[in-house]
Amino acid sequence: MTVAIPSPPRTALHRLRWAVVDGWTITRRDLIHWARQPVQVVVGLLFPIMVVLMFGYLFGGGMSVPGGGNYREFLMPGMFAMTVLFGIEGTYTAIATDVSRGVTDRFRSMPMAGSAVVVGRSTADMLNAVLGLVVMVACGLLVGWRWHGTVGAALAGFGLLLLLRFALLWLGIYLGLLLRNPEAVVAMQILVWPVLFLSNALVSPETMPGWLGMVAEGNPLSATVSATRELFGNPGWEGDSWLRQHALAMALGWPVLLIGIFLPLSVRRYRRLDR
Amino acid sequence: MSDPDLAVRAEGLRKRYGDKLALAGLDLTVPAGTVHGLLGPNGAGKTTAVRILGTLLRFDAGRAEVAGFDVARQADQVRLRIGLVGQHAAVDEILSGRQNLAMFGRLYHLPSAVADRRADELLARFGLADTGGKPVGQYSGGMRRRLDLAAGLILAPPVLFLDEPTTGLDPRSRNEVWTAVRALVSAGTTVLLTTQYLEEADQLADQISVIDDGRIVAEGTPDGLKSLLGRDRIDVVLHRADDLPAAAALLGRVTGGPAELDQDNRRVSAPVRDRMAALTEVVRGLDDRGITAEDIALRRPTLDEVFLHLTGTGAGTGTGTDPGAGTDPGVGAGVPTPDPNEREVAL
Repeated sequence: MTVAIPSPPRTALHRLRWAVVDGWTITRRDLIHWARQPVQVVVGLLFPIMVVLMFGYLFGGGMSVPGGGNYREFLMPGMFAMTVLFGIEGTYTAIATDVSRGVTDRFRSMPMAGSAVVVGRSTADMLNAVLGLVVMVACGLLVGWRWHGTVGAALAGFGLLLLLRFALLWLGIYLGLLLRNPEAVVAMQILVWPVLFLSNALVSPETMPGWLGMVAEGNPLSATVSATRELFGNPGWEGDSWLRQHALAMALGWPVLLIGIFLPLSVRRYRRLDR
Repeated sequence: MSDPDLAVRAEGLRKRYGDKLALAGLDLTVPAGTVHGLLGPNGAGKTTAVRILGTLLRFDAGRAEVAGFDVARQADQVRLRIGLVGQHAAVDEILSGRQNLAMFGRLYHLPSAVADRRADELLARFGLADTGGKPVGQYSGGMRRRLDLAAGLILAPPVLFLDEPTTGLDPRSRNEVWTAVRALVSAGTTVLLTTQYLEEADQLADQISVIDDGRIVAEGTPDGLKSLLGRDRIDVVLHRADDLPAAAALLGRVTGGPAELDQDNRRVSAPVRDRMAALTEVVRGLDDRGITAEDIALRRPTLDEVFLHLTGTGAGTGTGTDPGAGTDPGVGAGVPTPDPNEREVAL
């Protein structure tokens, strides 16, 4: 029953190999979570579909699409972005739970790559985001949504959605390390709604009172939604405001800015767990 | 400079959180193959010390070596040779016990097959073989703690840190953990254990360091410390206050020492040497005299009394600390002489 003590990595290559292997071990852990909690996974995937049905069919009749067009075609890019936005709850819960339960400390007391926790987390969450988007695309196709541009443009649209998810991932990691309380996810589950409503995901900001419309247009979520509508050839991206004219740039700029802020903050916070 | 016979060597460890000094120059040596108890109240610095030695926390001054490696400069080497079991069961609640151990095994860079085999070995060793497939969320507190211990032992580390391993556990679970720790120790693992419970240190440790305000205030074997802390006492609570003088005279005669009177609580108490004989005699004596007692108890010195005594503020506070205990001739025996300044400084 003796176990040989592995030697710590000496070369950069060896270090990199540890980082990759350890990152994958953590990713696998999350994949096992899915397998062990299929009900939660299915509920998580079905919830956005419910919102689609609710807005597409219950409220949709009363919605006017800027420049005319099918409301569900207008709605779906907003729903894609909503799915991406909801993902932050999972990231936050996972990080806060590990910190509060001492699992993070156990990892830190082990001879594993320091980056693995974050690399594993991001990989698992991004896989989750892709799965969520695939389900939503299927749902969209069923309710009559289509993309009208090239495949390349459509892929670029999904790329922007995943970029936003990646940015929100770092916000989630940072908040998890900062608050360390998995129960606080309840606040996040509430707060995502005003972020969603105060955007162009469900209705055009032009229909809102002036200042609210401006807030909604400035919302990072709106930038991604506008840009993906444009790339998918869905209605709703016309408009003459500066933000609307530069939706693509904003859909790149906002996530990059968020990553630029929260990635270094998260790394700093993680490193400072030893103070 | 490292001594292979020492599993832990810390010199003058200091750690400050803001304006609170958590460790004020902690010295600690733990010979390989022994169990060392770090005994102290909440906030004494036990956890801080263990987190520093376990590479989780930076320190401001001093030096620390674990398993012959410098904690600050050779953290990777230290991490390969320690198991750290903290106050919470730091395991994944959703994974099964087996999946937890296999995951930690992979993170220790064991090949997958070895990690899986090791997981099964450890589950069997900690009596979790039957429940290894269940999610940890369904485990009892004691099972979780045992799984946590197992996770700390994947590499069969020569040094194991246990930070309050039984805090919050019911007596049965506590016994399970103690049994597991004893089994480890018999296999040669060095254990540094922190605890608030005198009894736990007594049960498990070869050597105990008493820690208060971030420094060691006394060190010795459990027996040596007990004699330092004073003998057991017998407490008798009477039904009627009028009986106090008679009861005090009885206790004085039985124990051969002066009994203390506590009028308000109708209590008399005295230090005893032979516990059971004293108890029997006192009960019989009370009966002969027709004195009704509401409560009779033998008790060991409480941790509060230990600290009052060790920090020199016990005398004159009227808490019942035996003023003669410090001069007990047995004191010096098993107790290494602490820093001569220690008592004065510790106040």
